[in-house]
Amino acid sequence: MRPVELMTQTAPAPARLKSRVGAVAAGPGLIRTHNVVKRYVVGGAEVRALDGVSVTIHEGELVAITGSSGSGKSTLMNILGCLDSPDSGDYFIAGEDVSKLKSDQLARIRNRRIGFVFQSFNLLPRLSSVENVELPLLYAGRHHAAAKAREALEIVGLGDRLDHEPNQLSGGQRQRVAIARAIVTDPAIILADEPTGNLDSRSGDEILKLFETLHQQGRTILIVTHDPDIAAFCPREINMRDGKVLRDGVPAASFAAKIGD
Amino acid sequence: MLFWTTIKLALRSLAANKLRTLLTMLGMIIGVGSVITMLALGHGMQQQVLSNISAMGKNLLAVLPKWTGTNGVINATRENLTVGDARALLRDVPQIRRVTPVLGQGEQVTYLNKNTNCEVVGCATTLLVVHNYTIAKGRMFNDFETRLEAHVAVLGPQTAYDLFGVLNPIGQTINIAGNQFTVIGILKSKGSRGWFNPDNQVLIPYTTGMDQIFGRAYLDHIDMQMAGKANVKKVLNECIAVLRRRHHLLFGDPSDFQIFSQEQLLQTVSRVTETLTLFLGAVAGISLLVGGIGIMNIMLVTVTERTREIGVRKAIGACNGDILRQFMLEAVLVSVLGGALGAVMGVTLSHFIHFQKFVAQVQTSNVVIAMSIATGIGIFFGYYPAWRAAQLNPIEALRYE
Repeated sequence: MRPVELMTQTAPAPARLKSRVGAVAAGPGLIRTHNVVKRYVVGGAEVRALDGVSVTIHEGELVAITGSSGSGKSTLMNILGCLDSPDSGDYFIAGEDVSKLKSDQLARIRNRRIGFVFQSFNLLPRLSSVENVELPLLYAGRHHAAAKAREALEIVGLGDRLDHEPNQLSGGQRQRVAIARAIVTDPAIILADEPTGNLDSRSGDEILKLFETLHQQGRTILIVTHDPDIAAFCPREINMRDGKVLRDGVPAASFAAKIGD
Repeated sequence: MLFWTTIKLALRSLAANKLRTLLTMLGMIIGVGSVITMLALGHGMQQQVLSNISAMGKNLLAVLPKWTGTNGVINATRENLTVGDARALLRDVPQIRRVTPVLGQGEQVTYLNKNTNCEVVGCATTLLVVHNYTIAKGRMFNDFETRLEAHVAVLGPQTAYDLFGVLNPIGQTINIAGNQFTVIGILKSKGSRGWFNPDNQVLIPYTTGMDQIFGRAYLDHIDMQMAGKANVKKVLNECIAVLRRRHHLLFGDPSDFQIFSQEQLLQTVSRVTETLTLFLGAVAGISLLVGGIGIMNIMLVTVTERTREIGVRKAIGACNGDILRQFMLEAVLVSVLGGALGAVMGVTLSHFIHFQKFVAQVQTSNVVIAMSIATGIGIFFGYYPAWRAAQLNPIEALRYE
């Protein structure tokens, strides 16, 4: 019997209610991977995209995952986002083992526990902001979806763009709608994949400020990026290389001052 | 996902590609429309033929001499039916209520300087009841006049108009094949039946016809009316027995006559027309199938185009069933909306045809069936593209450009 499973049975995810910012060091962690391996076969040769990755992310953290292309950061994000399952190893979200779930069970976890923010926004065309934001709630079959969607749009500062369709919004505004869609279900973790990659620097800074605000409200945020400036803006950086965690800790250069001014 | 939201989203994505949606629907519109029109035409034709047969009278049996010939070519009509046969049938078969001998041929009929060519029919008084004729003016000749071989005639309304125009023909004298006849009555119009127009004929007593006009001792046919609730098979067998005895046929000899019953005729005709109707409907149904393939084709294109959208939906928590339902619903909506428009088109077209001297009768059940088939086709042909969409891998779908 593995110790990790024993631990989850005795202490099933109390962390979220207990505290949001404090108590970071104690407990099993909100998100926890243990020795995760993901293999691909490319041209007959086996490639280990993830080669024994163990990370723990606590509630309320703002973490950057960095690395060059091919480092395995996208694969890690897919697995953390429950879009993919590891070939071996364990993955727990709030105490729940999600590493061996089937596709529909994973869809449920994505719906309730994870909020995605993509580089290219990925809003549905022809749907208004409110309709885009309420979509995850509709898939969850929850009531009062429109009211909650409006609330989320207020949080990201788009209370006056409720009925605009994506093509009537600027890039920064679109990404705000996407962030509203990610937070509307009150997920355990927000996964942002290069969230500023398609934005000019001013809009990008605004989006980062919004993440900062959400972080201060106690939300757990993971930003996947190759940009060291963005990594420096986060309190913690997980640097990947060749499918392994190369370095995990405070970013090399602090960038927070530039955003905070 | 909530049902109404799914429908709303499906309608919106259909509305986003209006021309494409309309063209896809066109298959269903034409399919359902033509099925309904064809079935209406077939049904109308059946009803018309059946009502023509019914208009001949009620519970009819007709005895005809059997044709002889080789390889289906008629080379002789036997002359073997007599007035005695007719009397025997009435006397010996209890379920037979009325009998009329019938013989006739085309003759020239003249009044003053007017003349017309029409069927002169020798018959008994009972013909009126057996064939469900009504007298519009005057009277039918009676049995006394028949026995006397009186020169009296009852005219069909068309014949009366041809000879007399608007004048009153009753009491006037007409000339049939050189014999003077007094007009005593006019039939009420029944309308033409295509192969025989009962409005254009002259009825005379069969005795007069046999002895003075046609010079024949044999009948063309014997028409009989059965009691209302008679067992047709039993009556037929009894009639056959009576006639075989009278014609001195031995056991094993083929009958030299044949008996048709109206009921059998109705059954045969309705079977034939039903088959024809189904055939028409099936031919039209092929276009429904083609429409279904069109839907499948467009849905496959749609799924490919919206791969990224499917990826996003899956990422934010849509399960395979949600995606399947969404695309199925779009396919079914196209086919249902197309089916509804097709039903409107079919009914309209049927009415239009109906006013062009064809008979087309739309049956509600056919409309319902055609629309159900359209819906079924939407489900059948929409399933595969929707299944493909549902099976997409979210990571690859999100990466799709």
